[in-house]
Amino acid sequence: MGRYVIRRLLQMIPVFIGSTFLIFFMVYALGDPVAALFGDKAPDPATAARIRQELYLDAPLWKQYLHYMAQILTGNFGTAFNGQDVLELMADAFPVTLRLTIVAILFEIVIGITLGLLSGLRRGRSVDTSVLLATLVVVSIPTFVSGYVLQYLFGVKWAVVSPSVSPAAPFDQLLLPGAVLALTSLAYVTRLTRTSIAENSRADYLRTAVAKGLPRHRVVTRHLLRNSLIPVVTFIGTDIGALMGGAIVTERIFNIHGVGYQLYQGILRQNSPTVVGFVTVLVIVFLVANLIVDLLYAVLDPRIRYA
Amino acid sequence: MTAFLSVRDLSVRFATEDGVVRAVDGLSFDVERGRTLGIVGESGSGKSVTNLSVLGLHDPRTTEIEGRILLDGQDLTTAPESVLEKLRGNRMAMIFQDSLTALSPYYTVGRQIAEPFRKHTGASRREARLRAIEMLRKVGIPNPALRVDDYPHQFSGGMRQRAMIAMALVCDPELLIADEPTTALDVTVQAQILDLLKDLQQQTGSAIVLITHDLGVVAGTADDVLVMYAGRAVERGTAREVLRSPRHPYTWGLLGSMPRLTSPVDEPLTPIPGSPPSLLDPPPGCPFHPRCAYVDRVGGDRCRTERPEPPEGRGAACHLPDGAGRGRTR
Repeated sequence: MGRYVIRRLLQMIPVFIGSTFLIFFMVYALGDPVAALFGDKAPDPATAARIRQELYLDAPLWKQYLHYMAQILTGNFGTAFNGQDVLELMADAFPVTLRLTIVAILFEIVIGITLGLLSGLRRGRSVDTSVLLATLVVVSIPTFVSGYVLQYLFGVKWAVVSPSVSPAAPFDQLLLPGAVLALTSLAYVTRLTRTSIAENSRADYLRTAVAKGLPRHRVVTRHLLRNSLIPVVTFIGTDIGALMGGAIVTERIFNIHGVGYQLYQGILRQNSPTVVGFVTVLVIVFLVANLIVDLLYAVLDPRIRYA
Repeated sequence: MTAFLSVRDLSVRFATEDGVVRAVDGLSFDVERGRTLGIVGESGSGKSVTNLSVLGLHDPRTTEIEGRILLDGQDLTTAPESVLEKLRGNRMAMIFQDSLTALSPYYTVGRQIAEPFRKHTGASRREARLRAIEMLRKVGIPNPALRVDDYPHQFSGGMRQRAMIAMALVCDPELLIADEPTTALDVTVQAQILDLLKDLQQQTGSAIVLITHDLGVVAGTADDVLVMYAGRAVERGTAREVLRSPRHPYTWGLLGSMPRLTSPVDEPLTPIPGSPPSLLDPPPGCPFHPRCAYVDRVGGDRCRTERPEPPEGRGAACHLPDGAGRGRTR
């Protein structure tokens, strides 16, 4: 197991380098950041040249990349063009998005698995059919639609929650945005659990569990549910990374100053240090989440052994 | 005075998309404590279904059960689920055929053996673990204190089957149903497992129902034999009687299709022609008549129209006069 972890960590290095370079290259291709800095005004050529030199923008791309990576490794993510420290932006944005992700994941686990279990145990009955239909509807509605509709209904019409989130973003304000963010994944978790339950409920070892004289609730929780959750855990694990970086739409709708919001602002204003910095951290989050999922898999299924 | 397990006029029907399957039809048998009943038949003859319904392991939504299943005088067909739960794994236990799929891959062997023990005796985790080790030792697993923490996939096929037996016997059940316990194993392991079952029976005096399609297994282990065909009993008697002087043409066929050490090696085996009937639409009269070579020896159309009486005690469900075809296949 230890060797496996080391090998996986080493494998992360090329993935990390490749993906960050791609991001770096794409942001570079966005255009001239110095021109963007001056907005509508044409920059004074001498000033522009000076800024370019200060920011290494006159060096070839690979040199810029190397310089950037070297800085990152010393913990310096640079400053955004408005003078704000990118590290500071991150320190503000990541906790907010992390809280949002936690809320969303909790929704997925509690509601998704419960619905999946119920419909899986009652295959072909009305509960199952309605859950299948509902998840299909949820999956087909884009987040910006469900987000605005729910925001209007809960935040404006019935006014049960505040329609936008304050900069502090406490958990109670994140309930509705968390639900919106979770919706699509929740539908997937439900369907995944349902299929897995339906498949495993025909397994021979469940009959054995009944033949041992175990009561039904014990058969379902200890033998059926536990064994059916392996693919679900995998999905939720990888979803953590996706939710952290993919909350752009949700954060925009509810005015949450998290990762997605900052990324959006960074792209809009061609603020490359912000974009590259945030994405770099997201890449790491993604890689680590994937590694944990793979290790969790071995813990959940004793037949999988990593060497 | 009824037997310890007494099955009376049992019928099991499944609702399927194609119609109603009569998997078991009017079956009766008894098993006494300390005796072994061998139930023999081809795949689909209803032998497994019968025993799943004894433990109540059928799907109640699609299965309809008629008749009575009496365990120590208590009718299991009408017993509520809570009563069955207390009996299963405790007073009656089952050994399944495929130990790889019948054991959960995600729990250690020891935990799976300990689980019913804790449930039925209220033992602590520690006591149950010690009991699991003791059971593993009893069924002949070397190093039981170590192997108790292994997962099923770390066991060989024979060891897994032993672990299954340990699990079934952990509460000293009075009735043990073994559904083809040796089918997935090679012959030497098969013999060991059967010996083990016999030894354990001598220690505990439990009643055993041994389901098999292998007459060799029956000859070595069973006291009594019930031959099933198309969901019905076609012949019953002591193992000696049925194997020495079979009375039903189907039993003759089964014996005739077995290789014998005393026959010349190049003598071909005699298979039973045809295949078992569909239980969706069983043939009228005797269900075996389409495959039976002796239909003409019975006067008129009796085999095709009249259903033979199920055997009581020693006997066969056949219209042939007793002894008419004796020695036909040997």
